[in-house]
Amino acid sequence: MSASTTSRHHILSVLVENKAGVLARVASLFSRRGYNIFSLAVAPTDDERFSRITIVVDVESAPLEQIVQQLDKLVNVVSISELAPERAIERELLLATVEAGPEQRVEVAALAGIFHGTVIDVASDRVTVAVTGTPDALDGVEDLLSPFGIVELQRTGRVALPKLGSRRRLQPVADRAG
Amino acid sequence: MRLTGAQALIKSLEMQQVETIFGLPGGAILPVYDPLLDSSIRHILVRHEQGAGHAAEGYAHVTGRPGVAMVTSGPGATNIVTPLMDAMMDSIPLVVVSGQVATGSIGTDAFQETAITSITMGITKHNWLVTDAADIPRVVAEAFHVATTGRPGPVLIDVPKDISNATMDWYWPSADDLDLPGFHPVTEGDPALVRRAAELILGAQRPVIYAGGGILKARAAQALRALAERTGIPVVTTLMARGAFPDSHPLNLGMPGMHGNYTAVTAMQQADLLLALGSRFDDRVTGRISAFAPGAKVVHVDIDPAELGKVRRPDVAIAGDCRVVIEELLTALDQLGLDGEGVAAPSSPAAQRPDSAPWIAQVRQWQQEHPLRYRQEEGGPLKPQFVVEALRDMTPDDTIVAAGVGQHQMWASQYWRFDHPYTWVNSGGAGTMGFAVPAAIGAKVGRPGSMVWAIDGDGCFQMTAQELVTATAERIPVKIAILNNAYLGMVRQWQELFYEERYSEVYLSPDLPDYVKWAEAMGCVGMRVETPEDVAPAIDKANAIDDRPVVIDFRTDAFEKVYPMVPAGASNDDIIEGPAEGEGGR
Repeated sequence: MSASTTSRHHILSVLVENKAGVLARVASLFSRRGYNIFSLAVAPTDDERFSRITIVVDVESAPLEQIVQQLDKLVNVVSISELAPERAIERELLLATVEAGPEQRVEVAALAGIFHGTVIDVASDRVTVAVTGTPDALDGVEDLLSPFGIVELQRTGRVALPKLGSRRRLQPVADRAG
Repeated sequence: MRLTGAQALIKSLEMQQVETIFGLPGGAILPVYDPLLDSSIRHILVRHEQGAGHAAEGYAHVTGRPGVAMVTSGPGATNIVTPLMDAMMDSIPLVVVSGQVATGSIGTDAFQETAITSITMGITKHNWLVTDAADIPRVVAEAFHVATTGRPGPVLIDVPKDISNATMDWYWPSADDLDLPGFHPVTEGDPALVRRAAELILGAQRPVIYAGGGILKARAAQALRALAERTGIPVVTTLMARGAFPDSHPLNLGMPGMHGNYTAVTAMQQADLLLALGSRFDDRVTGRISAFAPGAKVVHVDIDPAELGKVRRPDVAIAGDCRVVIEELLTALDQLGLDGEGVAAPSSPAAQRPDSAPWIAQVRQWQQEHPLRYRQEEGGPLKPQFVVEALRDMTPDDTIVAAGVGQHQMWASQYWRFDHPYTWVNSGGAGTMGFAVPAAIGAKVGRPGSMVWAIDGDGCFQMTAQELVTATAERIPVKIAILNNAYLGMVRQWQELFYEERYSEVYLSPDLPDYVKWAEAMGCVGMRVETPEDVAPAIDKANAIDDRPVVIDFRTDAFEKVYPMVPAGASNDDIIEGPAEGEGGR
């Protein structure tokens, strides 16, 4: 995620019912109202009735408040919290398979090491690395890996939690259960 | 008690006090049609599923209760997509039950399979695919709750055939059994915001109440009247709010918007305070939004928080039910010293209120100088407005009027006098041609004691006229006035005004089809009227018929246009009142 998007992105943490079709409802809402998504990640929660969708939205495509209110109208959306980027810890996982013969292998491993990543698979002419980091850091990893020749690359989209010591935790912006 | 899913479904609808279902059976919904034979619920067999949906909407419009429609899978379900969209746009409570192929066949492109829950995701408030017969009573209860609570709207329940055939132990859920952890609409306004709104009302010099369909949905017509009378603030009623405030009331300025009255449009443009109650700043009301009511502060009250600030950023945004919030506003006005008679207590904040007389005088002057106008020449072609006025004057004043979409709809809204809520049934947000005939049928079913007239266009009539077969068969005596100008008139009007009279694909012919023969073929009484003198006798005759539907083919002037008009994308300041006197329709 480049620096220019940082200023216009906001992170919404959306608690939804864990039911068939809920992700489709959320995605369909964004598509039909013309809201842009930078990234989206879905994960189970400790309560099996609910899932959490972390959405990074482009607030230039629509005002955040409008996006939140429209999301909140979805019957399966239970509550929505907003995380201001400057108060959030954000992480994303990157998996990349790059071309690396025996000579480059160590180089790639060292590079991954700088970002606290690891080599998780090896073949005679390729290696696969896993790196966790902020979206910006992973942009850097991608740039540094590309000279080797990227065969395949996948990123998860970010998940986020509030910084400790920041006075406010997840800021509820719409909570119907309350 | 062991019931099949189908029996449980019908019993659940009975538990919801459903009296009427509009529908059409087919393969996947067959099991549900069997227990219907033993039910107290009246089923009205339509001739096309779109008719079932619009009839259910008409029923909901006039009764305030959810309309119910039932269709089969695949094409049956897709045929009711338009009514669902229409109901979504106009916030009409609608419960549609669709059949679905058996759960084991879902995803295999089985005969008449379609993923109707996916298709209708964006045009329903919510929808359900039932996957266990034991869920049926709970899902039905949830569906009615969602359709009727908060901002009303359509819902769909998709029931696979094997679920209808499976058995379950009957139960009826309590409110606590509903599984809707994310659905809690707000009804009461924030007291601090309500007080701020009341202060703005007392400080305004040129206030206007901008009343929308939410007034009717909230059953707030009485409350609105109390607010208008206590504050002396003039009211505009949008297309969706016609009847929410009596047209004959001196404070009613009529309909705003693209074809609104000059006074309604201009009063909003000049206002220093807009009190938007259950309205949503639709583009057909605001014209170019950046030029809309530029000097007005806005108090916006709506039960849907997403409407607040969607189009115009309000100065005071109150999420809540219109009736509840208006009542809270009245209490706040009391506390600020404005009593029930509109009299300010000495040295109260209300006593500082600016004199409203200059504003009211200005409004009266606009009304006098800029009335709606048309001219019916003696011996000249029959004017559509003349027909609407004759119908208005010759029918009881609580007559229900349904309209399709286009010129006839605008003339009906402009020239009718709506003095009662729930007497105007039309397709506002969606603009669904063909709405009038089935909606009128549903309205007549909902309010059998009222006279129901549809004012329709010839283009609209051809889209759904076959439902008059339904009306005849079910003895639903609706009356249809076709304003037959042989054109898709509104499109023709735009081509005349904005496309240099290059008429592209708008001519329909006055004689093809022969509307009288068509009406007679469907078991209705058919009449044709070509001159102004024949209008009243035909209406008299139609009013006297109560055992079957009536269709009158009024041959009207194709050159007549709807005025006033704010061209699309223009500022409401640039309202065109029509050709100058003597210039004629052209």
